[in-house]
Amino acid sequence: MNIAPKPSFVLHQRHLLGIEGLSRDEIIGLLDLAEEFVAINRQVEKKRASLRGRTQINLFFEVSTRTQSSFELAGKRLGADVMNMSVGASSIRKGETLIDTAITLNAMHPDILVVRHQSSGAVALLARKVGCCVINAGDGSHEHPTQALLDALTIRRNKGQVERLIVAICGDIAHSRVARSNIILLNALDARVRVVAPSTLLPPGVERLGVEVYRDMREGLRDADIVMMLRLQRERMNGSFVPSEQEYFAYFGLDEKKLGYAKPDALVMHPGPMNRGVEINSTVADGARSLIREQVEMGVAVRMAVLEALSRKLPSA
Amino acid sequence: MLSDRRPILLTNARIIDPSRDLDLVGDLLMADGAIREVKRGISAAGVPEGAEVIDCRDRIVAPGLIDMRAFIGEPGAEYRETLASASQAAAAGGVTTIICQPDTDPPIDDPAMVDFVQRRARDTAIVHVLPMAALTTGLKGEEMTEIGLLKAAGAVAFTDGARSVTNARVMRRALTYARDFDALIAHHTEDPDLVGEGVMNECEFAARLGLMGVPTAAETIMLERDLRLVALTQARYHAASLTCADSLDVLKRGKEAGLAVTAAASINHLTLNEIDVGSYRTFCKVSPPLRGETDRRALVEAVASGLIDVVMSDHDPQDVETKRLPFAEAEPGAIGIETMLSAALRLVHSGDVTLMALLKAMSTRPAEILGLPGGTLRPGSPADVIVIDLDVPWIVDREMLKSKCKNSPFDEAKLQGRVTRTIVAGRTVYEYV
Repeated sequence: MNIAPKPSFVLHQRHLLGIEGLSRDEIIGLLDLAEEFVAINRQVEKKRASLRGRTQINLFFEVSTRTQSSFELAGKRLGADVMNMSVGASSIRKGETLIDTAITLNAMHPDILVVRHQSSGAVALLARKVGCCVINAGDGSHEHPTQALLDALTIRRNKGQVERLIVAICGDIAHSRVARSNIILLNALDARVRVVAPSTLLPPGVERLGVEVYRDMREGLRDADIVMMLRLQRERMNGSFVPSEQEYFAYFGLDEKKLGYAKPDALVMHPGPMNRGVEINSTVADGARSLIREQVEMGVAVRMAVLEALSRKLPSA
Repeated sequence: MLSDRRPILLTNARIIDPSRDLDLVGDLLMADGAIREVKRGISAAGVPEGAEVIDCRDRIVAPGLIDMRAFIGEPGAEYRETLASASQAAAAGGVTTIICQPDTDPPIDDPAMVDFVQRRARDTAIVHVLPMAALTTGLKGEEMTEIGLLKAAGAVAFTDGARSVTNARVMRRALTYARDFDALIAHHTEDPDLVGEGVMNECEFAARLGLMGVPTAAETIMLERDLRLVALTQARYHAASLTCADSLDVLKRGKEAGLAVTAAASINHLTLNEIDVGSYRTFCKVSPPLRGETDRRALVEAVASGLIDVVMSDHDPQDVETKRLPFAEAEPGAIGIETMLSAALRLVHSGDVTLMALLKAMSTRPAEILGLPGGTLRPGSPADVIVIDLDVPWIVDREMLKSKCKNSPFDEAKLQGRVTRTIVAGRTVYEYV
């Protein structure tokens, strides 16, 4: 099997900073391209040459295992030289240092920078200071575009479509970049998006983002096709945003009973890493209706598609 | 128990049911723990065999009182008050439901504690006892408690008792979260920094006594803050104890703006004032402090108009070791559950508050606010009923009060009118002889 990605497809922007700003056609183009890489990734020979000679730097200001390794693998399979830079959060003096880092890195002539940062907007700020292409691998509570793309790909492969599906995103909407990117993307593909969370975990004004808002799992999951659980950070528990893990699980944790409110063929997703017994229990997470492992597989394919599409915009001489 | 589960027929009574604005002379029949019939002249045919018939000529029959704020020492300070002793005092005062506060040791801040209090009350108390749970863990004002699980366990509302949550962010989150569960937050509105070293109302009298004052602004500022947070979150909120005219203005604005806000005043603040502190009487040291006469009169008017929804006892047993001290060093708090109704009848006798309005504030409104089935004489409701003699004169003797502690500011007070019979779930639990 030797699939040549359609050379016609390009993104109109140099960077991928968010789903916001992508057109519906661009989203579909990326998903189609990713579909081809899924096939390639299942072959013995996975290596391509479209990024040969290119330098990709993964600059992670926030610890990450799966996203960083997924981007690393994606870059290497496309033939790039990949370097990982993990900058411990404690060693950063914000603002000034971020830009200093950008200027320093820029001097090394990378072609692609993959950046994760704990502050919303930091990746966009950095993108303005460098000459290369920048991919947002998660900025604060703002966006995580490749996660939303891999989620959409996973949904499309399992349901055959995204249009008209009822997708319930459950949990810490207020602090989640995954939720924001997904809300934009799923709306662009005409899904019906719901958010389900206690009021303390909903950003004020959320109903204006194109979602139906629920504060109760029974109502929120009714007739849902996809139940997308979000991770609840530990620092949000213990009385600050929700009283305790026990109470959160009792009212908002996904178990067989709550999943029963959704459609009989509803599928379960989670961006990982999971807090078992907090937002989801093991029976559901490891059950037949869970797409969680498939999401990880789609992650590599989607990131290859993004790298490939952006590489076509790179100056070639 | 003074009587068994026989049906009870109260005859020839002046029946007052504030839940229906009903005031008629007639009969009331109870059986199987519920009110069966209320009307002018229940015919002999309608009376079950073996019913106990009690002639209530010249007496008032009304719903049992619901005391929305009582501090009980169980668990942790059983030497001051137990659920059992508090319930004896309550029964003698016509209170058929005590809403106990979470300021116990350990505090009522987890579902197991709610369960414990309910079981202890079921086994030892002669009236209903329903707990409010802590709003924040350990009453520390920092982290909200498990509001959903606590409510499911039986907590009727959430409060930090005699403490204010000073951190506005914590209060906002708790209100936001509580709203999802339709949980009521009751709050003691007093800024502890403005209270400072204060021990009585800030006034000329305090200056003469050489006691540090507490300004009314300490209360009004906190209430104002809370109502802005209530407007932001649209939660249900109850001001646990208001004491001054300025707070009433704030409350009125909140209600007029359509906020789900209610408020209570204690019997102490309605019938006593700062002058009662007299020569450093520590039994008159309460929190918030007794205010001036102008504020007291405003509070009474607010009860009459319904602006103040609830009259409660603020029952707080304190022992010799916490009260027999120099005024500034004594603990605040006064017992009051047993004398609440009689003391409040002063306002009725003086013509300031109608009996209907008073009984409404002591039974119907608390039931409505807390979502309880009592506070009414509608057929089918729980048979929690009291019989009142409006005229009998008596002098309070603290040694005769049933509370374990005797810190009553009404000791030696001459009162007119009292409860003569208290019926809980269709059984007579108290009779005045």
